[in-house]
This record gives sequence, C-alpha cells and structure tokens, in this order.
Amino acid sequence: QLEEEKDEDSFDMEVAVTNPEKIGKEYFFLTIFELMNRTFSVWRRFSDFLGLYEKLSVKHSLNGCIIPPPPEKSVVGMTKVKVGKDDSSSADFVERRRAALERYLQRVVCHPSLLQDPDVREFLERDELPRAVGTHTLSGAGFLKMINRASDAVSKMTIKISDSDAWFDNKLQEVESEELQLRKLHAVVDSLVNHRKELCGNTAVFAKSMAMLGNSEDNTALSRALSQLAEVEDKMETLHQEQAASDFFILAELLADYIRLLGAVRGCFEQRMKTWQRWQEAQSTLQKKREVEAKLLWANKPDKLQQAKEEITEWEGKVTQYERDFDRISVTVRKEFLRFEKQKSKDFKSQIVKYLESLLQSQQRHVKFWEAFLPEAKAIA
Amino acid sequence: MLFDRPRAVNVDLQTDATLQVDISDALSERDKVKFTVHTKSTLPNFKQNEFSVVRQHEEFIWLHDSFVENEEYAGYIIPPAPPRPDFDASREKLQKLGEGEGSMTKEEFTKMKQELEAEYLAIFKKTVAMHEVFLCRVAAHPVLRKDMNFHVFLEYNQDLSVRGKNKREKMEDFFKNVVKSADGVLVAGVKDVDDFFEHEKTFLLEYHNRVKDASSKSDRMIRSHKNAADDINRIASTLYTLGTQDSTDVCKFFLKVSELFEKTRKIEARVAADEDLKLADLLKYYLRESQAAKDLLYRRGRALVDYENANKALDKARAKNKDVLQAETSQQVCCQKFEKISESAKQELIDFKTRRVAAFRKNLVELAELELKHAKGNLQLLQSCVGVLKGDT
Repeated sequence: QLEEEKDEDSFDMEVAVTNPEKIGKEYFFLTIFELMNRTFSVWRRFSDFLGLYEKLSVKHSLNGCIIPPPPEKSVVGMTKVKVGKDDSSSADFVERRRAALERYLQRVVCHPSLLQDPDVREFLERDELPRAVGTHTLSGAGFLKMINRASDAVSKMTIKISDSDAWFDNKLQEVESEELQLRKLHAVVDSLVNHRKELCGNTAVFAKSMAMLGNSEDNTALSRALSQLAEVEDKMETLHQEQAASDFFILAELLADYIRLLGAVRGCFEQRMKTWQRWQEAQSTLQKKREVEAKLLWANKPDKLQQAKEEITEWEGKVTQYERDFDRISVTVRKEFLRFEKQKSKDFKSQIVKYLESLLQSQQRHVKFWEAFLPEAKAIA
Repeated sequence: MLFDRPRAVNVDLQTDATLQVDISDALSERDKVKFTVHTKSTLPNFKQNEFSVVRQHEEFIWLHDSFVENEEYAGYIIPPAPPRPDFDASREKLQKLGEGEGSMTKEEFTKMKQELEAEYLAIFKKTVAMHEVFLCRVAAHPVLRKDMNFHVFLEYNQDLSVRGKNKREKMEDFFKNVVKSADGVLVAGVKDVDDFFEHEKTFLLEYHNRVKDASSKSDRMIRSHKNAADDINRIASTLYTLGTQDSTDVCKFFLKVSELFEKTRKIEARVAADEDLKLADLLKYYLRESQAAKDLLYRRGRALVDYENANKALDKARAKNKDVLQAETSQQVCCQKFEKISESAKQELIDFKTRRVAAFRKNLVELAELELKHAKGNLQLLQSCVGVLKGDT
C-alpha cells in the first residue's frame, strides 16, 4: 500500500497570459512567467499552445501522466452560451480564450515532471516557435472524442487484476461518477448564465418603459420617483451583466476545465489497463512458444528447436519488461491521481470562494442602490 | 380553505363603518373558485348587520357589467372588473411533474412539488385579493355603494344564475367595439372647450399606453428572475449530490456551498414574488383603472356629441318650424345628461389621480423596503458563508 506522496513542488512558477494582439489573422498572447523573483516573457500563438499539448501527450501519456487538456478551439464546444459574437474578434471570445490559455499553462508548469520537459522549456524560453502543424485533431471536441472512444473500448473489459487493484477500480468509478455530476452542474450553470443575460435584457427594457411612464405621470413627485426607479433598474441591469460574466468566467469555465481534466484522468487509467493487457498477452504468447518447444523436442527437429529457444528467450525478456512497465505505470498513475485530487480540491475551493465574493460585492451594490431610492419613494406626495 | 392573507394593497381606500366588505374565505375547486363575501353594515337596507354569501367569478362580472350598462352611472369611473382566475399554467406544471415523477430523485420531486404548490397558492391569493379590491372600491364609492344589484350581490344567499355564457360573450363583444371606437372618438373629437378635460384626455391616452407597456415588460423581467432562481435551486441540488459522494474536504465544502445556494435561491424567489406583488400587480391594476377612466371620458364624449347633434336638430326644427317642442325637449335632456356627467367626471378624475399617487407611493416604498431587506439578507448569508469557507482552508 502506497502512502500519499509528500509535496514535491519546490518550484513555484506563476504564469500569466495577457495582451492579446491580433497580427494578421491570428492572435498572439504575451506569456509571462515568474520564477524565484525573475520575470521573463515571450509572445505565443494559440496554435503554439496546442502544439505543446501534442508534443507532451505523445511523450507522456504512455507513462500514465495526467496531461492537462488543451483549451477549446471551437467556440461552441460544451457550452450553449453565446460568448459575445461568434467571430473571433469579439472581446468576450478573446477574453475567454486568454483565460483558458492561462489556466492551461499554469497547470502544465505546476506539474513537477512536465516542468522538466524540454518541450515545455522551449515553449517558455525560445523567442519564436515554428508553427505547429496538425493541431486540429487535438483540441476541444476532437480530443474529447478520442478519450471517449478509448474509454468505450476499455469499459467493455471488466477485469480485476489483483487485490491492490481495488484501489484503481474504486478511483475510476469515483472519477466517472464525478464527471457525470460535473456535466450536470455545468449544464445548469450554463442555463443560469443564459437566464441572467435574459434578465439583463429584460431589465433594461423595463427601465426604459418606466422612464416613459414617469414622463407621462402628471404628479411631479411621482413622476420624479418613477424616473429614479428607472435609473435603479438601469443599475440593476449592470449588476446582472457583471453577475452573468462571473457565472460564466469563474464557475462555468471551472466546471468545463474539470470535465476535460477528468477525461484525461480516465485516459490514464485506461492506459494502465492497456499496459496490463500487453503484459498478459506477452505471457500467453510465451506460454504458446513453450508449448511449441515441447512439441519440437518430441518431434526431434534440431533446427526448428533452436529458433524456438531463441523466441522463448525473446518473449521472456518482453514479459519481464512489460511487467516492469505495468508496475511503473501503476506507481505513476497512483501518484498522479493523488496530486490531481489535491490540486482539484484547491482549485474548486479558491474559484468557488472567488465566485461567492463576486456575488457578495454585487449584493453590496444592490443594497446601496435601493437605499438611495427609498427616500425618493417616500417623498411622493 | 382558510388562510392568512394581508389586506388588498393596490388601492388606498378609506374604511367606512357603515359598509365593510371583504372576502373572508375562498375555496379552489376543479375549475372554479368559490369566494365567501363577508359584509358588515349598519345600513338599514340589509336584513342583518353581518352576513356572508358565496360567489363565483361570473357573478362579479355580472355586477360590474350591470354598473357599466347603467346610464345613471355614466359619469363615474366604474371600478375595473377583476380578471378571471387562471390556474391553467400552474395546473399544467403540476400535472407534468406528476408524469415525470419516475425520472427524478425523491428529494428533487418533493422539492419541486412544494414549489409548484407554493406557486399555486400565490396565484390563488392574488385572485382573491383582486376580487376583494373590486368589492371594496364599490363599497367606498358614495353612489355605487347604494346600488340595488350590489346589495343583492352581497346579501342574496342563493345562486344569482348569471352564468349564461352567451350573455357574457355578448357583453365582451359590446365592449370590444366600445374600446375600438372610444380612442377614435376621443382623439378625433372636437377639441374640448374645457381645459381640464382636454388635458385629461391627452394625459390618459398616453398614460394608459405606457402603463400597458410597463406592465408587460415588468412581467417579462420578473419571469427571468424566477428562471434564474430555479437554476440556482438545481445548482444547489447537484452540489449536494457531489457533496454526499464522499467525506473528503472538498465534499464537505460542496455541502456548505449547496446549503448557501439553497438559502440564497429562496431569497431570490422571494424577490421575484415581491416585485410581482408590488410592481407588476400595481401596473396591471392601473392599466385597468386607466382604461375605466378612458371609458368615462368616452361616455362624456359621446354625450357631448349627442348634445351637439340635439342642438343642430333643434336649429333645423326651428328653421323648418316643425317638431320644435320635441327637439327642444330632446336638446334639454341631452344637455342635462352631458352636464351631469361632466360634473361627476371631474371629481372622479381628480379622485383617480389622488388614489393613483397614494397607491404608487405605498407600493414603491414597500418595494424598496423589501428589496433592501432581501439584499441585506443575501449579503449576510454570503458574508457568513465566505467567512466560514475561508477560515477552513
């Protein structure tokens, strides 16, 4: 039984992705990182980030590493919320992308093994990166499709490897159930964002109609009060708009990130299963080779016997290698999972508190606006 | 079914000891509502000092229509009829819930059922209040309170047998035509010599349209508010499910946040309900009242036209020296009718303004106080929760 590994992050690197600038058809982001009080920065394209993911996934996913999934390329993706206009020049869309890139990169540099990776180093240090190719399959929907296909294949096997495997079984079940709940939650938050945007629009329209009514009213004091009410509702509209932005950028995006991350976690577990399968298949191949050898001994064919002995040696080596691979990936997956859980707990807590604080600030302004209106209402005579 | 409800708040009425009317009870059956109309009076017209009868919506309409048809009351603003009780939407939702019972957890079902029942109850309370306001307005009016039909309505403890649909439909058609032509008459009519009425005409036409607009826009805004509160409810439920999966730190965190959202969404729902009561209902009521005021102006306008026509007919008769006496009598009748209407209409319109200003003041003050109360409540919840959550980490 492995104990939870002690905290290894002695590197505390902070990243920021800022200053989106459109050069030609694409956006460049100023990527800033701070390590041990030294700050340096480079300009990176969106496709550079995707290219980084591709390189990392090719190298590390076979080890059972949880590679942070890349930000979504498509606007629609998982959400039905319209983030500004659909074209890439809208401010909301750019902000969404910028924030997603920042979170992605922060997760990469928080990972102790990935931070050491030369591709990550190159990403952080090199002045200009060559344009990444073939990244369209690896972002957003394409990525999810890959993960889902893999999990379909594996879930059809119900194998219990050993007693210690109960841990992996349980954790995988937890992950699947959590992913389901997060998807549900994300859909509701999506709905909330849309309803708040609707509320925003309807409040603005209502404010105007109140102002008109105030104009018609021939009692002076009442007329003034109605105009003031219209102004309060206008301020409410602003609050609703800001709230919808919080709902989306803090809450919805957090959930979307973790739905994708849980997909990546499932991918790791499935990778471990594949490794086990490979070992098992090698063992059965070895067994068959030994049976062949036995038959040849009986039939007394010395040439073929030599070849059979060579094959046996080859496969014995493979079996040993694959068993070692399986043990190693099991260790990695377990360690990765525990690190992930810790990070997830931290993330959720900090983001949700941030969200609640935004709600709090909104209510404070709510109070101010209505406090200002009350004397106006009382002044009607 | 007895319940606790506050006095109708849409109008400012003086309670008079000689005649007090209220709806003391109401029963909701399959497709109708039975109101218990309770009267307390020291007037000699009634057999007893205190009595109750049971009435349905159609009987209120009958009473209202009888006022409108009565030529004697042409110079008064007839208190607008209460709208028909409409539980269709609410009933439909309850039915859908029953059908979908299998597809949700027991907690979700119980929760939703409670909410729909609360919604049904709110609509019920509203319709009672609106019927009550109508009766109170009549009871407060110096002339209408003496009306025979009103007394029959209050006292006769049998069915009034007015539920002839045909009759009601005919009434509705009649009114549709009246309304269609009313604006036309008011607008195209000769500019009134009387400044007061000219001003009122201009004012009411514009005011009515703007109240109508404000009323529908307020409804839409409040509906969005309710929808958002519903979403927060579902977020609370899902967070609760997440929180009960395990007993880790983050699960306990989810449970606390779920509890918070459960409380804040109750407040949000109350905000929407209070806005509905204090703002949307107020606007709806003054939509109906301003229409009733317009109807008054229309009747006066029609009486003026009749008067002018009678004058023309008299001139013609004098010129031809034929049927002069008849024309003179006719002209005098029209003149008296017009002057009588004008006199009472002036006072009615002034009273309307006073009532309107008072009602708006009351409701806007109460709205602001409630919004403040809820915002402060929300604020306190959030502050304490954030404090606890930050303290834990």
